[in-house]
Amino acid sequence: MTQQPLTIALSKGRILDDTLPLLAEANIHPAEDISKSRKLIFDTNHDHIKLLVIRAADVPTYVEYGAADLGISGKDVLMEFNSENLYEPLDLKIATCRLMTAALKGAVLPEGRLKVATKFVDVTKRYFAEQGRQIDIIKLYGGMELAPIVGLADLIVDIVDTGKTLVANGLEPRDHMAYISSRLVVGKAAMKVKHAQIQPIIDQMSAAVSRQEEKRQEEKRQQEEAGQ
Amino acid sequence: MSTADRWLLPDGIEEVLPPQARGVEQLRRHLLDDFDRWGYDFVIPPALEYLDSLLTGTARDLDLQTFKVTDQLSGRLMGLSADTTPQTARIDAHSWAQEGVSRLCYCRTVFHAKAASILAGRTPTQIGAELYGESGAGADIEIISLMLNTLQQAGLQDLHLDLGHVGIFKAFAEKAQLSNVAEEKLFALLKVKCSTDLDAWAEEYLSDAALTQAFKAIVRLQGGMDVLDQVAEQLAPVVPEVTDIIKHLKQVCQVIATRYKVPMYFDFTDLRGYNYHTGLVFAAYVPGYGDAIAQGGRYNETGAVFGRARPATGFSADLKVLAQLGRFATTQASIVKAPAPYGQSQEQELLDLIAELRANGKRVEVQLSGELPTSGARVELKGGQWKLIESN
Repeated sequence: MTQQPLTIALSKGRILDDTLPLLAEANIHPAEDISKSRKLIFDTNHDHIKLLVIRAADVPTYVEYGAADLGISGKDVLMEFNSENLYEPLDLKIATCRLMTAALKGAVLPEGRLKVATKFVDVTKRYFAEQGRQIDIIKLYGGMELAPIVGLADLIVDIVDTGKTLVANGLEPRDHMAYISSRLVVGKAAMKVKHAQIQPIIDQMSAAVSRQEEKRQEEKRQQEEAGQ
Repeated sequence: MSTADRWLLPDGIEEVLPPQARGVEQLRRHLLDDFDRWGYDFVIPPALEYLDSLLTGTARDLDLQTFKVTDQLSGRLMGLSADTTPQTARIDAHSWAQEGVSRLCYCRTVFHAKAASILAGRTPTQIGAELYGESGAGADIEIISLMLNTLQQAGLQDLHLDLGHVGIFKAFAEKAQLSNVAEEKLFALLKVKCSTDLDAWAEEYLSDAALTQAFKAIVRLQGGMDVLDQVAEQLAPVVPEVTDIIKHLKQVCQVIATRYKVPMYFDFTDLRGYNYHTGLVFAAYVPGYGDAIAQGGRYNETGAVFGRARPATGFSADLKVLAQLGRFATTQASIVKAPAPYGQSQEQELLDLIAELRANGKRVEVQLSGELPTSGARVELKGGQWKLIESN
């Protein structure tokens, strides 16, 4: 069977280090060291497969337009993008964290409209609408923790990993809105047109995720036993 | 709006300029002529009609996509048509209610308050064909064949056919007696198809082991024609309706496979138009384009609200997308330059020659000012007579 060209969009940064071993399990290896190059597009050990290395927030756009067939992106980005034309067949269980609301420690939230600072504008609107609560969104691009301190917002909505940044700024986590991890995304059209090529990659990466998960569980069990 | 940005068009609203507009129009004529040769009658539904007619019970999905205005004469809400299919269903049910099979086709601009996808504009030129009054495999085969033929005529290559059948999921949902909440959550999950999340949903909402197994089969079994037997085998014990559905699908697909060399992909969880479609659904894709280039399916119940439910199937596409992605060979009439036919000697003869050339398919461009070119096809006064000079 002739192999059709396949393009995979990867997120730059920390996710990339966790992603490459999973791709390796599907026998996809970049032809050069991505971390040592300023290139944005990389050849692989397969002539027909290319890797794009782009900002995490851009991955869904590339995949939805069909400029990439597959991609790896955080669930937070995907929730905000809210596309009808992307499949997320696999939870890679890497870069895990939580999407949470947070407020100044012990602060009593005002009645009526809340001011919420976030970069996840649509996700936040949908979440509070489901709660039956009217809010005013204040769009910020970073340093969300500052907003309640200076009285810009009553609440923030942000990604929380260890929660140390919140604590360091006198904030406390409130509602757990969603579990976040990196997902393998596939364009709806790509899935239908290149299914025979894409499905084996999903299956092999899925098996690798399961093995990693088992390994993590085993390590956790051993740590617990050692602690007893 | 200042004079600096008065020329700006709204987001998603496009104009088609020369020479692309010539290509789009020639393709439109070519495809409509082809529909006519297949026995489809052309209709021109109104761009604007009462919202109640546009958003029938089964076409509610269109609500958010429809621009609305108030009719100053009646006070009723009207909508700009976002999809021609409910209108042709109304025509078939009421305005032009024929006995037996009725075939209709159309090509016109529709208006989307919200673009259908990231790749789509808000004023697609919807071209399509609808077949009423026949529920058998013959009608499904005809309409899928016409769609593939249309795409081939438009010069699209490497087509892929995507097929599904909403009946399978509807039968499963009925059997599982899903609550509204469970169904809503499931629809959201099926849009992204995450196996982990779907497994978690099954664990929460499906108590029966057989139902869970059937659900996993629907979700996981996607691919070529070989999945059809597996779907039938794994679902039949729980959802007996699946046997007839798969038999029907195989009948249709085996015929299509012998006539068109297109790879087929089956997916029974693609719930596009779930509230609207009633049976076999299909779409066509080409590599490198992130959306379907044509789509359609059965919608047997739509005519009921207009007084006559009829078996119905059809397909549509955006003509501008077909023109953009396809390799339709556009023709250009040969150009002849002629002097402006006023203030000339023997003016009537010049006028007659220009009319004759135009009647013979030439494009005669009258030179309103300046000198006529001295090369290329042109009309000149030679020996006291206006003559066509083909070249130097």
